[in-house]
Amino acid sequence: MLLIHCPYCEDTLPELEFTYAGEAHIARPADPSALSDDEWRDFLFIRTNARGPHYERWRHIGCGRFFNALRDTVSDRFLTTYKAGEARRPLTNEAAE
Amino acid sequence: MTHFSAFSLLKQALNGHKGWREQWPDSQPKAEYDVVIVGAGGHGLGAAYYLAKEHGITNVAVIDKGWLGGGNTGRNTTIIRSNYLYDESAKLYDHALDLWDNLSQELNYNVMYSKRGVLMLAHNVHDVQSFQRHVNSNRLNGVDNRWLTKEECKAFCPPLNISPDARYPVMGGALQMRAGTARHDAVAWGYARAAAARGVDIIQNCAVNAIRRGPDGAVIGVDTAKGFIRAKKVAVSAAGNTSVVMDSAGLRMPLESFPLQALVSEPVKPIFPCVVMSNTVHAYISQSDKGELVIGSGTDQYTSYSQRGGLPLIEHTVAAICEVFPIFTRMRMLRKWGGIVDVTPDRSAILGKTPVKGLYVNCGWGTGGFKATPGAAHLLAHTVARDEPHPLNAPFTLERFTTGRLIDEAAAAAVAH
Amino acid sequence: MSRYRISGKGRVDHSAPVSFTFDGKTYRGLRGDTVASALLANGVHLMGRSFKYHRPRGAVSAGSEEPNALIGTSRGKGQFEPNTRATVQELRDGLVTESQNKWPHLSFDIGAVNDRAYMLFSAGFYYKTFMWPKSFWDKIYEPVIRGAAGLGKSPTEVDPDRYASRYLHTDVLVIGAGAAGIAAALSAAQSGADVTLVDENAEMGGSLLSDPAVQIDGKPAWDWVEAQLARLRAAGVRLMTRTTAIGYYHQNMVGLCQRLTDHLDNPPANAPRERMWRVRAEQVVLAQGALEKPLVFDGNDRPGVMLAGAAQTYLHKYGVKVGDTPAVVTSHDSAYFAAFDLADSGARVAAIIDTRDAVRPDLLEGARKRGIQVLSGHTVTTTKGRLRVKSVRANPVRGTHVGAGRDIACDCLLMSGGWTPSLHLFSHTKGSLGWDAGSNTFLPDRKTEACEIAGAGRGLWGYEAVLADGAAAGLRALEGLNRAGHSAAFTVANDRPGTGVTHTELPTDGNPGKAKAFIDFQNDVTAKDIRLAVREGMRSIEHVKRYTTNGMATDQGKMSNINGLMIAADALGKQPPQVGLTTFRPPYTPTSFGAFCGYLRGDTFQLTRKTPIDPWAEANGAVFEPVAQWRRAWYFPKAGEDMHAAVLRECKATRASLGIFDASTLGKIEVAGPDAVEFMNRMYTNPWTKLQPGRCRYGLLLGEDGFIRDDGVIGRLSPDLFHVTTTTGGAARVLTMMEDYLQTEWPDLDVWLTSTTEQWATVALNGPNALKMLKPLVEGVDWDDFPHMSCAECTVAGLPARLFRLSFTGEVGFEVNVPARHGLTLWTALMEAGKPYDICPYGTETMHVLRAEKGYIIVGQDTDGTVTPQDAGLDWAIGKAKKDFVGKRSLSRPDIVAKGRKQLVGLLTEDGSLLQEGAQIVLDPNQPKPMKMVGHVTSSYQSTMGHPIAMAVIEGGFDKMGETVFIPMPDGVRKARITSTVFYDPDNARLKA
Repeated sequence: MLLIHCPYCEDTLPELEFTYAGEAHIARPADPSALSDDEWRDFLFIRTNARGPHYERWRHIGCGRFFNALRDTVSDRFLTTYKAGEARRPLTNEAAE
Repeated sequence: MTHFSAFSLLKQALNGHKGWREQWPDSQPKAEYDVVIVGAGGHGLGAAYYLAKEHGITNVAVIDKGWLGGGNTGRNTTIIRSNYLYDESAKLYDHALDLWDNLSQELNYNVMYSKRGVLMLAHNVHDVQSFQRHVNSNRLNGVDNRWLTKEECKAFCPPLNISPDARYPVMGGALQMRAGTARHDAVAWGYARAAAARGVDIIQNCAVNAIRRGPDGAVIGVDTAKGFIRAKKVAVSAAGNTSVVMDSAGLRMPLESFPLQALVSEPVKPIFPCVVMSNTVHAYISQSDKGELVIGSGTDQYTSYSQRGGLPLIEHTVAAICEVFPIFTRMRMLRKWGGIVDVTPDRSAILGKTPVKGLYVNCGWGTGGFKATPGAAHLLAHTVARDEPHPLNAPFTLERFTTGRLIDEAAAAAVAH
Repeated sequence: MSRYRISGKGRVDHSAPVSFTFDGKTYRGLRGDTVASALLANGVHLMGRSFKYHRPRGAVSAGSEEPNALIGTSRGKGQFEPNTRATVQELRDGLVTESQNKWPHLSFDIGAVNDRAYMLFSAGFYYKTFMWPKSFWDKIYEPVIRGAAGLGKSPTEVDPDRYASRYLHTDVLVIGAGAAGIAAALSAAQSGADVTLVDENAEMGGSLLSDPAVQIDGKPAWDWVEAQLARLRAAGVRLMTRTTAIGYYHQNMVGLCQRLTDHLDNPPANAPRERMWRVRAEQVVLAQGALEKPLVFDGNDRPGVMLAGAAQTYLHKYGVKVGDTPAVVTSHDSAYFAAFDLADSGARVAAIIDTRDAVRPDLLEGARKRGIQVLSGHTVTTTKGRLRVKSVRANPVRGTHVGAGRDIACDCLLMSGGWTPSLHLFSHTKGSLGWDAGSNTFLPDRKTEACEIAGAGRGLWGYEAVLADGAAAGLRALEGLNRAGHSAAFTVANDRPGTGVTHTELPTDGNPGKAKAFIDFQNDVTAKDIRLAVREGMRSIEHVKRYTTNGMATDQGKMSNINGLMIAADALGKQPPQVGLTTFRPPYTPTSFGAFCGYLRGDTFQLTRKTPIDPWAEANGAVFEPVAQWRRAWYFPKAGEDMHAAVLRECKATRASLGIFDASTLGKIEVAGPDAVEFMNRMYTNPWTKLQPGRCRYGLLLGEDGFIRDDGVIGRLSPDLFHVTTTTGGAARVLTMMEDYLQTEWPDLDVWLTSTTEQWATVALNGPNALKMLKPLVEGVDWDDFPHMSCAECTVAGLPARLFRLSFTGEVGFEVNVPARHGLTLWTALMEAGKPYDICPYGTETMHVLRAEKGYIIVGQDTDGTVTPQDAGLDWAIGKAKKDFVGKRSLSRPDIVAKGRKQLVGLLTEDGSLLQEGAQIVLDPNQPKPMKMVGHVTSSYQSTMGHPIAMAVIEGGFDKMGETVFIPMPDGVRKARITSTVFYDPDNARLKA
């Protein structure tokens, strides 16, 4: 069971208090009708599925907030978590370790 | 290839088993192949076998980063069935079932396909509606599946608790008698041996780092831990690692890889005569030839390549099994393990051509990959050899995610009301 | 006094006899015994039969790694468990045990015929045969294989015992309470840290309990252990015995299984049998020690052949001499001490056979003093004895030449092939292992978790070294907590350090092809099986394991993995690390399913959600159905009524006058805030801007893929407040989806979302008399301006309420929401007020029938996640002028706008028969299978109109009105006409009445 830091509550809590919410930083297009079928497919379905550091979203059931995380999918270790809407955290050497 | 039979076994037994030869050689890569298959699981090895046997293409290499059959082929709960809802799925899996039926004889390797029957339990009115739909659809497709009352379920599977006081009482079930289990390792080994006998190279412990494309965009080969290997065609059959491999060819996939856990109990004398699945409580169970109860659970919630899973999910799975089969609480868990399953948005596989010339993909089987093994292998071989899909896998394209023509087995089981 | 018990010796209570039965015979043991030690005290070595060859077997170990001595244990009805390790099960009064995998009995087992035909049962033999004739597999071969396989029998009765679970947060968790673990806990506890020390055995002390002559800091080992445990207790350290660390999970979470009652004569009533602890530790110290390896030679499995360390444990811990004339075969110094201690206790040690040429002088001297002959540079080539070892053959080895052997009589044979660290838990963390060529063993290498490994668990030998290492590990754990402590030093007298060498199978002068030199005892895997697997092309240790089943028995390779690896590596001509070690999987030892279940059994398996009105339904004879996590009243049968009769009566009563229905399970979400209407516009397909406060609208929610996800009537209570209802099963999903969009896509919108499902009890009133009955109870509603699809905040029967005028039946209808605590009061008041109108309570089935007659869909029944609004005939619910809403873009994808999609229509059967929900529809019933199916029946009911009705999705259904389709069923083909889905009151005349 993972331990996850909620950036809103500023508390590290067990996985049972969170739900996974898929890849992060896939913004809904401002004007979907302007997108081609392929572009819309990319938004809907295409996922990075990274092996290694992965930008993803979680929701803390306790406070109800969605937030972003950078987690290594090989070790399952969280490298960082940050609030929704914040810029993608860089993959620093420290974070990637 | 030494022919396997009771006679050869007896002969070798008298000889101290000194005469057995290796079942497949440990091949080193050649400079060039007609076809390179990435991933030496049952699907990849089987595709190589059918390429050689049915299409005369024997200059084939199957390459794996680990040992053959070490991925999901060797980590699943070995359930085989074809009673899927949509025509496309039922036909595909039934094709596999037809091949399973004769696979031991075909490969001269006993894969222990055991037609024990798969019983899917209905716990509420919605389940009943959904499984009746399966049963009716399967019947008109010529696919074996029938409805059992809860008393018939109990007669078929005596450990089942059909008390109306259960938290999720059993209201009946759909039984596919032709379905069952098989010995997973034997499938990989049987295909490997038969493919090798037809000239296929099986190259283990050789990671494929990238798929290389030529100036015209077409595939020209693969970069591996043992150097560049030229190939006219490349078929990726790498399950949980498909996204990573395809990414190297510039193709991003509609896939996510999740941990899937399974476990076995200590072995006991025969007590459980069939396979039972319960989608409502998220668990499935059978008993292996060795006597272990083999139990599978749902996927963990997050994507992962760690082949590790959490304790809470296992607790829930075991509790679900003991809720439906309360006599098993004093049985003991012997071991549990994890696999990596690649899941598509509509929970159906992708098996066919890609936008890259000479590149083919077989992935997205989710939790259903083992049962599809001979079918997927056979159809992948057809698709690679002819450069066009077989009618049975034609619906399982990548394009369906653009057009919206999904084959949504998961949605079909949507929770109601 | 049992024949082999040494008076006054051991940690058992000689004044407390305990009687138990084994295979029907009563034996006497002592308090503190295990079943195995008690049987050995009675001279019984034969305890079981092996898996494949049914060979007679005795206990080979004295601990949880035991592969042979597996027995069935039982306390009473429903309290039987198979495959219990006799070496672990503590004796309790009246314990009933039985041997396994034998017929007709343990000393004469027909299945042992397999042993005679062993040459046929080579590794993987079943892959090579049983294929002809094909039909024999299902009918004959497989049932026979299955019948022969398995070990004990499964329980067949429901278990009356309880199981429990708990969480624990601790600073330092020390696993293993031997010398290293105790030293680590002492270090860790000195600065006030919260420390937990666990051990799988009944007593703490580890191997010190089997080495009483050792002195630490001047104290005899046992006294030292007792003193240190007292110190730990005084320091507040949590000490847990009979507690196995079963698995090491992410971020220092460790699962512990604590056995609470299996050792008790009379467990307290309702005491849980086992408790699963989910421990989250800041730091973990693994001090699990090392496991002794058997030597691999022909006949190394006979009853009476056991590990030397086990014999030492039986002697010192239990006061049991495992034989009168033991022989010893070893490649490690440690076995000498077992021989010496047994000799000192009166056994006549027949010989020590040492595979090594050079033996430490002090050991030779010790043997000489005791009159024990030492045969160095010897091998063992075979043993004799059917149900108990009688003799061992020792042969000198010169280089590769095995000389002539001689048989040495013995009544037990103690073996030691050296020791291997217990790496299981460390492996669970995916920590890497390194090969130590010097000691020929794997050691922990790169760590992935905050853990320390101490003592024999990382290859150290000798108590002084182990204690120092444990203390240092405890200190490092403290440093990991940013706390400081002092280092500790221990002085040890009578220490028993030792070294040894590692072998493959021992050299033999016989035909190695005939040798039965076992590696995995339980699964009957021999050295030649491993070599055969390699010969057949199995190069990875995983292939070797799976092909031979080596390491897959219930000891999970604790005894067999390293021996198997050494032989496989030898056969492959590689170094062991190049061949690799198979992955250790949790649990460390087999663990009861019940312990994993914990409280998740029966009523507490999953909660059952009940509405405030549920008690009334139960008291009034409702039949319930499970819907998602809820239980809902399905129908209310009167005496003599079946479901069909009850539902028809409920339907008719509602249509004729008045029906009442508990709709409290409907999901409810409040959408509030200045931007609420904009939010609703973006989420739902419908337009909301022009909906006036006090009015309702049917809302349709899509996924971004364009398929229907949910629906419900939504009321606008004020300009900035919407009362949204969802399906019963969809409530949580819809709220999460809304939150997702609000928080991450449109954080600019000023909107609050609140789940109010459980805040409101909802009662639906439907029927031509609904208005008449309700009006007098309501205050605060302007009835002149309260048409169909209105809502208001008011009081009903004096209770604060949100009143909706809407209908899911086609009759005049209302939904009254009151705070949940008033739900039952409201229901009772309405029942009372409804008496003049013969008010009829109805359940979910009647609700389904009535809505189907009106063609109202149920999401999840008439839709299945592949249905668009157009498919369901709901395009009227799409705000055409809206530029965007969730799912809109997907509705123009090529396949969504293509012809021939399945569309929702009505069906009427020609013969007036009821269709089955889920029945498939074809255009040509005479086509061969596989048939082309064009759709299926989604809903089907007996209706109030005297004939059944059905809804179905059919390809191009909207263009096929009036056409006939066919429904082939097992008992014949039905014909049905495609109709509108609205069967009842298509003009809505009754709604407007």
